[in-house]
Amino acid sequence: MTRDPMQPDATATTSASATPSAKAPALRVDASHSGAHSGSHSGSHSAATTTAIKVRAFSSWYGSFQALKSLDLDIPAQQVTAFIGPSGCGKSTFLRWINRMNDTIPSARAEGTLELHGMNLLGKGVDVVELRRNVGMVFQKPNPFPKSIYDNVAFGPRLHKNYSRAELDQLVEQSLRQASIWNEVKDRLHASALGLSGGQQQRLCIARAIAVGPEVLLMDEPCSALDPKSTLAIEELIETLADRYTIVIVTHNMQQAARVSDLTAFFYEGALIETGATEKMFTTPKNKQTEDYVTGRFG
Amino acid sequence: MATPRPAATRVFQNRAFLWLCLVATNVAVVVLAVLLLSIFWQGFGELDWDFVTKSASRKAEDAGIKAPLWGSIWVCAICALTALPLGVGTAIYLEEFARRTRFTRIVQTNILNLAGVPSIVYGILGLTAFVRMFGAFGSNLENAVEFGSPESLFYLRLPFGSSVLAAGLTLMLVILPIVIISTQEALRAIPSSLRSGAMALGATPWQTVWGITLPAAVPGIMTGAILAMSRAIGESAPLLVVGSALFLRFTPENLMSEYSVLPLQIFNWAQRPQAEFHALAAGGIIIQLAVLLTFNGVAVLIRQKLQKPLL
Repeated sequence: MTRDPMQPDATATTSASATPSAKAPALRVDASHSGAHSGSHSGSHSAATTTAIKVRAFSSWYGSFQALKSLDLDIPAQQVTAFIGPSGCGKSTFLRWINRMNDTIPSARAEGTLELHGMNLLGKGVDVVELRRNVGMVFQKPNPFPKSIYDNVAFGPRLHKNYSRAELDQLVEQSLRQASIWNEVKDRLHASALGLSGGQQQRLCIARAIAVGPEVLLMDEPCSALDPKSTLAIEELIETLADRYTIVIVTHNMQQAARVSDLTAFFYEGALIETGATEKMFTTPKNKQTEDYVTGRFG
Repeated sequence: MATPRPAATRVFQNRAFLWLCLVATNVAVVVLAVLLLSIFWQGFGELDWDFVTKSASRKAEDAGIKAPLWGSIWVCAICALTALPLGVGTAIYLEEFARRTRFTRIVQTNILNLAGVPSIVYGILGLTAFVRMFGAFGSNLENAVEFGSPESLFYLRLPFGSSVLAAGLTLMLVILPIVIISTQEALRAIPSSLRSGAMALGATPWQTVWGITLPAAVPGIMTGAILAMSRAIGESAPLLVVGSALFLRFTPENLMSEYSVLPLQIFNWAQRPQAEFHALAAGGIIIQLAVLLTFNGVAVLIRQKLQKPLL
């Protein structure tokens, strides 16, 4: 089990995420939220929560193709929200709107409301660089930079601020500890990240995302390229990270959604068919399509 | 029903193809070996310290290669210092920043076409643009606008006239398309997942290019640079047009100095009737090869130094 590095270090890791986010110019504007984010969260996912991301009548297009059709959704803070649905249903597209990664696609455009703590994410004036610092992303295929393990984690913090060597050392260690990979890499921090196994690379990518002090973590099928053992490690990691981060995970794996998420949203052909607490979605879904999908009758 | 393919036939085909490839490889290797051996056989006797420290002379025994050796080094250094930043910069803009518009497509097509233009055409362009500057400063150097004294290292003159600067810039024109295309290829080979990874951390496009894409592409860029510089150092046609001297006793002192280059000196010696000069030409070829290998060696060193974090 890879849990052990997390638990005894709970206090150290709390300060890790607080340090960069406290110093950086804050993107979050909602004062009531900052209390909830300060790391005092009990870890119980059923506790009363605030809405982190508010989605109303959100539609998006690639050229003339409508990829998302009028979505309405509330993504709660410090919980795990899973997006499920067959391939091409728009889950990843939606995920990529939350940190504006779709900006790189010239034909992509969106309408409607997409707010992070009351801040409109679609506005022209949005500083996407600052937004992406606050909304981290983990990709389907592990994509460590062709640099050392240390430099992979330090890359993000270095972009935003000038750290002293000691501060950076500490930040790298804390991020790697939080991503449950410190014990495996502490003796070879300056070896290439490409020498790690796929599962380790993915946890390194999570450490890299954490290091810039985000509030939200977007995960786009983070386990689809991994073996079952690495998948288990990542899933356990997601559970521990949910104490501190708002996590949105896209997955094709029904069991994974059931295991790690508090809330599940079912997408089909660009529309949001049903949203609800994960236990309910997998036991007593209201919609026939949802039931067919989660029981494996199609998709 | 499909007829079976006999194993013996397939084994024979496999072996025949292997031999064909071996023969093709060896033809190239043998030709190169014969060429090098004959050059060394002829020119090795000429190689001594005097050969690289003496300048041109009418007498074969006094002749050396100092002036064209330094001329080539000056011209190629100017060429590298201008062509590499310009070429790499252009490639980065086209690959990483520019949107695919009609304008960038036209630019792209032009660059591809320019790579195929014979180098003597660039010579004529260099003559007009750099040596004479479109006649804007009169038709001869009498009316040239001068900055500093002709003895100074920083002496500058408009138009450039038949100077090392004009020659270096002309060679820059010759290799610029090669540098741009090879850099674009190198950048294209970098997986876009790395760019997404950097941007998702809040990197600006510039930080992504400087921190991730460019370092990962350096080996490919340097390989292209080596090929381009090898071409530049061997060019003679465009330099003939922009007024390289064939017989010169001085090494360049500043950017406006007259110059000669190795390929033209070799040509000058090789066309003479006396056999002693032919030996000098062979010696010159060896020096040229040595300079080429040094340039490439430096590029390989840079490549490996920058590649280290990748391994």
